Amino acid sequence: MQAQLNKILEEAKAKLSEVETLAQTEEIRVKVLGKKGQLTEILRGMGKLSPEERKTTGQMANKVRAEIEGLLESKFAEVKAAAKAAQFKLEKIDVTEPGAPVNIGVKHPLTITMEEIYNVFMSMGFSIVEGPEVETVENNFDALNAGPNHPARAMTDTFYITDDTLLRTQTSCVQVRTLKKQAPPIKVISPGRCFRCDTPDATHSPMFHQIEGLVVDEGITMADLKGTLDSFAKQLFGPETRTKFRPHHFPFTEPSAEMDVSCFKCGGKGCRVCKGSGWIEILGCGMVHPNVLKVGGIDTEKYTGFALGMGVERVAMLKYGVEDIRLFYENDMRFINQFK
Amino acid sequence: MLVPVEWLNDYIKLDVTDEEFCDRMIMSGSNLETCEHFCEEMSNVVVGRIEKITRHPDADKLVVCQLNIGDREANGKDEETGLLQIVTGAPNVFEGAYVPVALHKSVIPGPLHGQPKQEGGVKITKGKLRGVPSYGMLCSAGELGFEDKVVPVAHKDGIWILEDNLTPGEDFAEALGLKQTVVDFEITPNRPDCLAIVGMAREASATFGVPFSYPDTAIQETNGEGESSDYVSVEIRNPENCKRYVARVVTDVKVEQSPWWLQKRLMYAGMRPINNIVDITNFVMLEYGQPLHAFDINQVKGGRIIVENAADGEKFTTLDENERTLTSDTLLIKDAERGIAIAGVMGGLNSEIEEDTKTIIIESANFNGDSIRKTSNKLALRTEASSRFEKGIDPNLCEAAADRVCRLIELIGAGKVCRGSVDVYPEPEAARTIDVRVSRINYVLGIELDRQSMVDIFESLEIRTAGEGDIITVTPPTIRQDLLGEEDYIEEIARIYGYDKLPVTLPKSNTEARIAPDMAMRNSIREALCSMGLNEIQTYSFVSPKGVDNICIPEGTWEREFVRIINPLGEENSVMRTVLTPNMLEVLSRNYSRKIPAVGAFEIGNTFMPDMFNPAGLPNEEYSLCIGMYGDGADFFKLKGVVEEMLKKMGISDTMYIAESEYSVYHPGRCARIAVSRVTEEGGFETEELGIMGEIHPDVAENYGMGGVRIYCCEILVSAIIRNSDTEIVYSPLPKYPSTSRDIALLVDEDMEVGAIERIIKAHGETILESVKLFDVYRGKQVEEGKKSVAFNLTYRDKDKTLTDEEVTAVHNGVLEALKNELNAVLREM
Repeated sequence: MQAQLNKILEEAKAKLSEVETLAQTEEIRVKVLGKKGQLTEILRGMGKLSPEERKTTGQMANKVRAEIEGLLESKFAEVKAAAKAAQFKLEKIDVTEPGAPVNIGVKHPLTITMEEIYNVFMSMGFSIVEGPEVETVENNFDALNAGPNHPARAMTDTFYITDDTLLRTQTSCVQVRTLKKQAPPIKVISPGRCFRCDTPDATHSPMFHQIEGLVVDEGITMADLKGTLDSFAKQLFGPETRTKFRPHHFPFTEPSAEMDVSCFKCGGKGCRVCKGSGWIEILGCGMVHPNVLKVGGIDTEKYTGFALGMGVERVAMLKYGVEDIRLFYENDMRFINQFK
Repeated sequence: MLVPVEWLNDYIKLDVTDEEFCDRMIMSGSNLETCEHFCEEMSNVVVGRIEKITRHPDADKLVVCQLNIGDREANGKDEETGLLQIVTGAPNVFEGAYVPVALHKSVIPGPLHGQPKQEGGVKITKGKLRGVPSYGMLCSAGELGFEDKVVPVAHKDGIWILEDNLTPGEDFAEALGLKQTVVDFEITPNRPDCLAIVGMAREASATFGVPFSYPDTAIQETNGEGESSDYVSVEIRNPENCKRYVARVVTDVKVEQSPWWLQKRLMYAGMRPINNIVDITNFVMLEYGQPLHAFDINQVKGGRIIVENAADGEKFTTLDENERTLTSDTLLIKDAERGIAIAGVMGGLNSEIEEDTKTIIIESANFNGDSIRKTSNKLALRTEASSRFEKGIDPNLCEAAADRVCRLIELIGAGKVCRGSVDVYPEPEAARTIDVRVSRINYVLGIELDRQSMVDIFESLEIRTAGEGDIITVTPPTIRQDLLGEEDYIEEIARIYGYDKLPVTLPKSNTEARIAPDMAMRNSIREALCSMGLNEIQTYSFVSPKGVDNICIPEGTWEREFVRIINPLGEENSVMRTVLTPNMLEVLSRNYSRKIPAVGAFEIGNTFMPDMFNPAGLPNEEYSLCIGMYGDGADFFKLKGVVEEMLKKMGISDTMYIAESEYSVYHPGRCARIAVSRVTEEGGFETEELGIMGEIHPDVAENYGMGGVRIYCCEILVSAIIRNSDTEIVYSPLPKYPSTSRDIALLVDEDMEVGAIERIIKAHGETILESVKLFDVYRGKQVEEGKKSVAFNLTYRDKDKTLTDEEVTAVHNGVLEALKNELNAVLREM
């Protein structure tokens, strides 16, 4: 019997050293240790033995069993590891293949530019107000101190719907609406579409977007205008940006100015973007003309204010280096997708 | 406004570089267009005298010139004669003529005749023309860098013929003083006074703090026969439109070419020299900003000048030899018998200065800008004079300008000036004196400038000052028609003090940033659609009325109720859009034609409808949302999925999709009206249409060059989304008890809508039906013709307990019963 036990152990050892798979290993386990396994059979036959023999054989059988179990355990670990390794090898992928496409859409570049500008002004406490694209001549010109013969009123400059209504040429008319219904303090920007009789070319579009701003309160000075717009420029174009205010003329502001920013491409040294001057004209601004404030019935002795206005397309073209304004309205997906 | 720096220097001596001049003028309000340095690129061009001209042996159109270039060394100069041989094709050369000669290896600004302008000029070298050596080139003014429109009439079509007082061999640019800087300033409409060299001298004077002097108007010898009033009388019959008329008479006129210095002034300021009299009137116009005109006195019948309106339909031939039909609001200059000039616009052919003109009347008058604008518009005739009158001119200039013309005529010996002038000036223009406050100026600008500094600035601008303390009483020169209120004077202080010196501060008040609620909602829609992979587009608000034809909208529908533009650029931009779909299809089509395989895009934009109750008032503007897609598996349900998800994000989940087969934009079997249902305040039930969606009708796709392409679009009213939106987020606890699910398959008629089945299921699910999901629609084997099998997954759950099988079965059977009774839906074995 003891010889049998030794044989079982030796056979098990020999077989285990040969097998490679989980199934084969399991087969050995069943054959040796299973309910009808060789070792089990022997243990079952031990009843026939004398107590003496039973004791020694029993001890030996347990030893053999323990040894086989140990061998099986390590074999199982070995074949499992081998199986895993084989599977990993099989499942290896080429990580350089492209990812499965997931597509996020893109906002229109003009929307992106406008939102950037909104964020800057909202961080300075400006609210956003809107008005209609078709406006009254009164809100678009009369209330903005544009005289009856102002050249912009001509049919060659402005699109008319009737004698009294037109496609707004700027969004300052929204400021007029604000002045008419809101008392100071007023701090708003008015974005939107504007229209002028320009034949489309690389730098002109009969429809374009503007963002205009208006601040009216006690004690607003031209120094505040400079400070606000200087801060705006630094936030939009980077902290190194410098600003320059040049005198200009607009009917609805007095004094009026144009603001240049130091070229954000070359930093002011002069390049193609700034046409060598180091400066880029970015917006018009000025102290609100008392005649405009009077439209809102505002006490012009007590309150002063400033206004500003910029073309969104121009800012977007400069920021992104877009060379033709018409691209914004062609909506070629290859163009739009670049603003992801 | 072209300002030749050399001319400006006649009135003000500035010791600054061109760059500094421009920079400081910009900062005081004269914005720069360009700063051009003339003839910078010219070298080795000399004055030559043509000594001899012979015919070219082999070419009819060429001649061979022998040029005297003094003792100037030059390649090809004949050792014996000292002359230089040059072949030219110019028709206007003659022996004895002084001409500009570009020597071998010279550079001229160019461009050569008929060629484009080159950066850095054109290099001239010796060569052979049809076998005859030519050691350089005789030049035209155009080749020397002058625009065609300023080349003097005398040598417009040939070589530049110079004055005889030059020395052969002299450097050409130096001899004529050609190297000059010309600054082009942008003059804003409020400053017509700056459209004059004197005006710019005044600005420069204030900017640099250097005094300037006015032009010399002192006529030395009034040696013309008699007084001006002996020759001419002036009568203003329309004083509203003619504030002043000054006439002076010059006798013994010799019409000839102007001296070079005068020609040069005009050429650099952008005008063509014609003859001495015309040149002087143009010179003074540029100098003062006052348009002037000269009549031949022989053509002014009766020696009378009458300013009055033309008769309706009156015919008149202007200097440019066009016959024009006038109206009763055209202001006309007449003599005793007929019109002789359209006031402030253009003279008549009948009274033009001719070469034999001996006695002239100089007109220096002030016409009403509005009247001139109307006339100029009506006649479609804009001239230098008319555009100046339109912008407004100070009537006080008339006299000085007339005197200046006479002084210059005297100076160049072009005639004899008669004593006195005829000056009709019914209501002299007075200066507008007002009070401004030192404190207010400082308050608005945020500075603390003292009174004296302000006074100094005003005085530098020729604004007279008086008063004391806080008050400065200011009287502007009448030329400054823009100075009206205190704010205008604040600007004068600011710009001369320097915008760059104003402090930089932020407003002290605190305000809360708000965003218009509707705008926030539109942003949400935009974010939702972008996150689902759609790109935003923007298209014009004005469109072609043909757009609605292209999408097959029938006549007489609201989509054709256009808000129309009176003066559109063209038909394609002539009406305001009523729907966005045509623009969307145009964009899809453009992308398709550019071989872009798939597009998913949307636009949120305004649409316009006339206000029915007030057609003359502002139209109704409504934001609309349009989505469009093709390619990459786009189909109805992909679009519907996008619409549903977007609406869910906007807080609208109870949407209905109602089949629509009549709307001609869409495929009749693949179109739905999108509606939302809601409970009314009275507890009733109502639906509101949000928009429409579907597959674009093949005919419409064809119209956009996309025949055979399946395009999916929807157009939804943004205000309807906003009205029905409930974006308040309400949390409900996670379920504690398990759910049970049952699958059912129903056999129904082919045209039974899934939506109807779902409604029945939901209506009978009592409180425990959590969800219904369609998971299969099957037609074919085992399903009889005209029927379909639809399979749903129903999930039951009670939030308070675990449902027993019996409880679920009871409700489930109720659902099946209802389906059978109401829809005749037969349960199939799964």
